[in-house]
Amino acid sequence: MPSTADDPDGLELELLLEAVHRRYGLDFRGYATASLRRRVWRRVTLEGLQTVTGLTDRILHDPRVLERLLKDLSINVTEMFRDPSFHGALREAAIPLLRTYPFVRVWNAGCSTGEEAYSLAIALHEAGLLERSRIYATDMNEGALAQARTGSFPLERMQVYTENYQRAGGARSLSEYYVARGASAVFDPMLARNMVFAHHNLVSDRSFNEFHLIVCRNVMIYFGRELQRHVHELFLDSLVPLGLLGLGRKEAIQPPEIAACYQPLVASEKLFRRRT
Amino acid sequence: MVDLVVIGASWGGLRALRAVLAPLTPDFPAPILIVQHRSDEESALAELLARTCALTVREAEDKDRLQAGTVLLAPHGYHLLVEGDEAILSVDDPVRFSRPSIDVLLESAAEHGDRAVGVVLTGANADGAAGLAAIRRRGGIAIVQDPQSAERPQMPRAALAAVPDAQVRPLEQIGPELMRICAPSTARPGAA
Ligand SMILES: C[S@@+](CC[C@H](N)C(=O)[O-])C[C@H]1O[C@@H](n2cnc3c(N)ncnc32)[C@H](O)[C@@H]1O
Repeated sequence: MPSTADDPDGLELELLLEAVHRRYGLDFRGYATASLRRRVWRRVTLEGLQTVTGLTDRILHDPRVLERLLKDLSINVTEMFRDPSFHGALREAAIPLLRTYPFVRVWNAGCSTGEEAYSLAIALHEAGLLERSRIYATDMNEGALAQARTGSFPLERMQVYTENYQRAGGARSLSEYYVARGASAVFDPMLARNMVFAHHNLVSDRSFNEFHLIVCRNVMIYFGRELQRHVHELFLDSLVPLGLLGLGRKEAIQPPEIAACYQPLVASEKLFRRRT
Repeated sequence: MVDLVVIGASWGGLRALRAVLAPLTPDFPAPILIVQHRSDEESALAELLARTCALTVREAEDKDRLQAGTVLLAPHGYHLLVEGDEAILSVDDPVRFSRPSIDVLLESAAEHGDRAVGVVLTGANADGAAGLAAIRRRGGIAIVQDPQSAERPQMPRAALAAVPDAQVRPLEQIGPELMRICAPSTARPGAA
C-alpha cells in the first residue's frame, strides 16, 4: 500500500526498502509491510538507533549493517513434515499422479534449510519414485542453502520430526534415514542424489524448468498481493499441464483469475492441480 | 470512526470471548481480529465461538480482506497481523513464547491510529500489554477486562500497568461497550 504524507512511518519504511534496492539490488518492496515493520524496528533498536531513517543512513554507508538487517528479514523457520496432514495428502493424492510420469521434476521454492526438501525426498523414496525424480530446492538465502547442502539437521529436532513423519503416514522409522553425529542428524546421502539446492529469488528470477509438482509453503505469506500475483504467474509458467501446486495451510491462490486455472486436489491441504 | 477491533485472550479465553462476542449484532460495523493462545492444533475454536455469537467466525487465511461483522481468528502456529484492510499471517519466531502473539497483532493494529480498539482479556502472562500501549500511543481505544472478573488476572493487570488510562470493564460490559464505540450512529443519533 503506498504511504501518504500523514503516514510518516510508512514513508520511512518505504524509503529504507527503496535504498536497499537501489544500493544493493535486493528487492523487498513488494513484501507485506506489517511483518517487515516489526523486524526492521527490531534492527533499529539493536543498532542503538531511534528511527528507521537512521537505519537507512547506516545501511547506505555500511554493508555490514545491511548484512545484519538481511538476517532479520530472512525468516528461515522450518520443519520436516511440517503440517503432517499436508504431507499425508501428498502421499495419498499427489504421488499416485506423479507415478504416471516417466520422470518427475519437483520444485521446492523457498526451501530454507532443506527440511522440506528432505521430507519430499523421503516420500518419493518410499513410493519408489525417487530414482526417477529430481528435486530442485531453491531459496534466496545463501546461508540457508549452505546449511541445506550439508544434509544434516539438529539432532534435538528429531523427536518432533519423527512424530510428524509418522502422522504424515510414514512407513518406517525416521531414524532409518539418518545417523547421529555429535549434535547433528546426518541424513542418508541416497536421499540427496537427485536433489539440487540452488539460489533463486522469486521476486526477480525467472522460470527455469517445467515441473510436475511445485511446493511453496510459508513463503508467499511474506509477500504483498501484487508480488503474490507475480509469483503465481511464475508458477503457472513453470507447471506442466495438470501439474500440482502445494501451498501453506492458510494460503490461497491470488488473484481469482489465476485461482481459476487450478482445481483443488485436496482442498483442505491447499493442494491444487492445474486444469490444463 | 472505529474500523477495527483487535482482541487478545489467553487462559480462560474461550469463556471470556464468548461473553464478549455474544451481545454483538450481525450488523456490527467493524471487523474483529482475535488472538487466543492455544496449546494444540485443534481448530474447533472458531466453531465453538460461532455457536454462541451472531457474527461469522473463522480462522484467518493470509491476505483475507477484513469485513465488518466478521471475526477472524489467528490460526495455530501463525502470527496474525493487520495491514490496511488485509489480514496477514507470519511464521516469524514466537514472541515471548507465543505464536500467535497478542502483542504482534495489537502492534500491527496500532497503525490504524484512532480507528483501532484493542481489548485485553483474561490470561496468565503479560502478552498484549506492549501491544495495547502501542494502540493507545497512536490514539486508539484501549479496553481491559477488569482483573477481578478474569479467570486469570495477570494479563489484564499487565495491560493496565502498561496502559494506566485504559477503560476497565467487567466481562459482561465489554460487548455492549464495543457496540457503543463502533456504532456511533446509535450512540449519537443524527451525527453525520
Ligand atoms: C518461513 S521459511 C519457509 C520454509 C519452508 N518452505 C517451510 O514451510 O517450512 C520462508 C523461506 O522463504 C525464503 N524466501 C523469502 N523471500 C524469498 C524470495 N523472494 N525468493 C526465494 N525465497 C524467498 C526465505 O529465505 C525462507 O527460507
